[in-house]
Amino acid sequence: MQTPQSLFEKVWDLHVVRAPEGEPTLLYIDLHLVHEVTSPQAFEGLRLAKRKIRRPDLTFATIDHNVPTTSDERFQIKDQIAAQQIATLRKNCEAAGVPLFDIGSGRQGIVHVIGPELGLTQPGMTIVCGDSHTSTHGAFGALAFGIGTSEVEHVLATQCVSQTKPCSMRISVSAKLPGGTTSKDLILDVIRRLGTDGGTGHVIEYAGEAVRSLTMEERMTMCNMSIECGARAGMVAPDDTTFAYMQGRPYAPKESAWDEAITMWRKLVTDEGAAFDCEVVIDGAKLEPIVTWGTNPGMSAPVTASIPAPEQARDASERAAMISALEYMGLKAGTRIEDITLDRVFIGSCTNGRLEDLRAAAKVIQGHKVHPDVTVLVVPGSEAVKQAAEREGLDRIFKEAGAQWREPGCSMCLGMNPDILAPKQRCASTSNRNFEGRQGREGRTHLVSPASAAAAAVAGRFVDVRGWEYRN
Amino acid sequence: MEPIRKHSGVVAPLHRENIDTDQIIPKQHLKRIERTGFGQFLFFDWRYHPDGRDREDFVLNHEHFRKATILVAGKNFGCGSSREHAAWALGEFGFRVILAPSFADIFRNNAGNNGLLVIELAEPVIQRIAEHADKHRPYQLHVDLENQTISDDFGLSERFEIDAFRRHRLLHGLDEIGMTLEREADIASFEERRQSRVP
Repeated sequence: MQTPQSLFEKVWDLHVVRAPEGEPTLLYIDLHLVHEVTSPQAFEGLRLAKRKIRRPDLTFATIDHNVPTTSDERFQIKDQIAAQQIATLRKNCEAAGVPLFDIGSGRQGIVHVIGPELGLTQPGMTIVCGDSHTSTHGAFGALAFGIGTSEVEHVLATQCVSQTKPCSMRISVSAKLPGGTTSKDLILDVIRRLGTDGGTGHVIEYAGEAVRSLTMEERMTMCNMSIECGARAGMVAPDDTTFAYMQGRPYAPKESAWDEAITMWRKLVTDEGAAFDCEVVIDGAKLEPIVTWGTNPGMSAPVTASIPAPEQARDASERAAMISALEYMGLKAGTRIEDITLDRVFIGSCTNGRLEDLRAAAKVIQGHKVHPDVTVLVVPGSEAVKQAAEREGLDRIFKEAGAQWREPGCSMCLGMNPDILAPKQRCASTSNRNFEGRQGREGRTHLVSPASAAAAAVAGRFVDVRGWEYRN
Repeated sequence: MEPIRKHSGVVAPLHRENIDTDQIIPKQHLKRIERTGFGQFLFFDWRYHPDGRDREDFVLNHEHFRKATILVAGKNFGCGSSREHAAWALGEFGFRVILAPSFADIFRNNAGNNGLLVIELAEPVIQRIAEHADKHRPYQLHVDLENQTISDDFGLSERFEIDAFRRHRLLHGLDEIGMTLEREADIASFEERRQSRVP
C-alpha cells in the first residue's frame, strides 16, 4: 500500500524536475504571474545575460500596485517614476510575448484577484509571483508562493524554482463560523495564535468543517494571509465549491478537458492517515470579530475586548514590541476596542477586494450614512469585480452612504499610488498588513473584515457587527 | 554575485524583532526599474525625519555604525513583503552579513541570491553580540563561512549552521540561473511528461 500523502505532498511530487541529495529541489512552475513592481530588474537581468523567456505562454502580467484609483488619473499617471515602471512592464511584455491585462482591458486588476477570476488559477498547479500574497491561489488546492525578483528572473529563464521542501502543517477548524464572523476574522485569529513567525518554513493546509463551508472567495482571504504568520503557502483541498466557481471562466478547461480535469482534481485531497509536521485544531464556533491594535497582524483582539497590557507579554522582547506598537498606534493598554475612533476606512485589496467582500460591506452600510469624521474608500479588486458590483448596484449603495467608489488596484493596502494616510490618521482596513508606515508614514492601520470595516465607517469607531441594525 | 568566504566588520545592533521589509525599505522607494540606488532608502522612516534630516537616535546614523557591514537583529527578520529591494538596499548600504535568531523564508532566499550571508544564532548569542555592539564601539566580528564560525576579540567563538548548497553558492558567488540552465535536459523531459498530464 502507498504511504498516505497530504495535498501539499501530492502537488509537490507532481512538479519535481530534479531532487538531488543535499541540494534544493528543482520544481516546475505551471503559472507565473507578473506585475510592474517586482519584474523590471528580472527582465533586465535576462537581457544583460542574453537569456530567453522559456515559457511566455505560462506567464501572465497585469498592472496593480502603482495604478491610481481615480478615473481621470489612471490613464494619466502624474507620478513619473511610477509611470515609467508601468511603461517598462508594457515594453517587456510586448518584447517577450507575455500576455498583459492592461488598464482598461476589462481584465486588469490585482494580480491575486484576476488569476482566479480568469480561471488561470487551477487545482494542483504550482503558481509563483513576485509578491508575498501569492499564497491566495492556494485556495484552489494549488501550491502558490511569493518569490523575490532574482527568482522571478530564474522562473522566466527556466520555468522552475529551486526550493528546499517546506514542512507541512494542518489547521483544522471545527463547526461553522458564527453569524457576523468571516474568514478574515478566522485567519486573524489563526495569526494571533501562531504569531507572525509561527508558520515559517511550513505550507499550511486549512481543513475541517468550517473551512469546507467557506465560499471560494472566503477561502482566498484565508490563504492570502498565510504569509502573515510566516507560512510559505496556504492550501485548501479542491471540492465541488471549487469546481462550481471555476466552471466557464475564460482560461478554465472546456468540454471534455473539463471532465478530465475534474477527475484529476478530485484526487487532490489529503489521504486518510497522512502525516503532518505540525497540527493545530481550532473551535470555529467560538470565533468573534477580530480587530488588530498593533503593528503586526498577530497583534489583535476580539472587538468586544480591550487592548492587552504589555505586562501580559510572554517575554521581554514581546513586551518591548507591544510598548513600541502602542506608542506608534497612539493607543493605551486597557482601552476598549469599541472606543477607538477612526479617520479613514479602506475596503479593498487582494485580501478583501472581491465581489462577496463588497456585497458584505454594502449590506452593512446600506441605508446608513458614513460618519462625518470618516473618509471611506471602496476599491474593487479588478475591473471585472467593479463591473459586476455596478451591475448589482453596490456602487450606488456606497455612494449614497457617502463613501468613495474608486477604480481597481492595490491602492491603500500599501499606498504605492496616491491613496495614503496622513501622519497619525487612523484607518480601519480590510487589507493584510498593519506594519508601521504601511499605509503612509506614521499612519495607523487596524485590520478587520469588510463587514466590520463598513460598520466602523458608519459608527466612526469600531463596533461589534454581530449586533448591527441592517436597513436592507 | 560577489563571493563571500571570510568577512570581518563592524556590527550594528537593531534591538527589535519582526523587522518587516516595509521597514527595511518603504513602498515609495520601490518604483525604480534598476537594481541599484536603494541603499540611500534603507530603513528610511527610522533613519530620517520627515523633512529629510538624519534622526540622531537611529543606530546607523551614529558615527561608529555608518561603516557597519554586519547587522544583528531580533527574530523573524525580513518578514512581510517579498520585495527583493530590501536585500538590495542592505547590500548597497554595505551589509554583507545579517545575524538573527530567525529569518522569514522569502527574505532568506532573496539575501542568498544577492550574496548577503544570513546566519541564525541562538537568542542568547544574538543578545550577547548586540550588547557588545552597544558597548565596545566599534565592535568587530569575524565571520568564516568556510568553517562556519563567528568570533570576536573578546573570546566569543560560535559555530553556525547553514544549508550546504546555499553555503556553496555564497562561497563561489554562483549564479543560480546558470546552474539551472545546465539542467536543460531534465526540464525538457519534465515538460514532455507534463504535456501528457495537463488537461
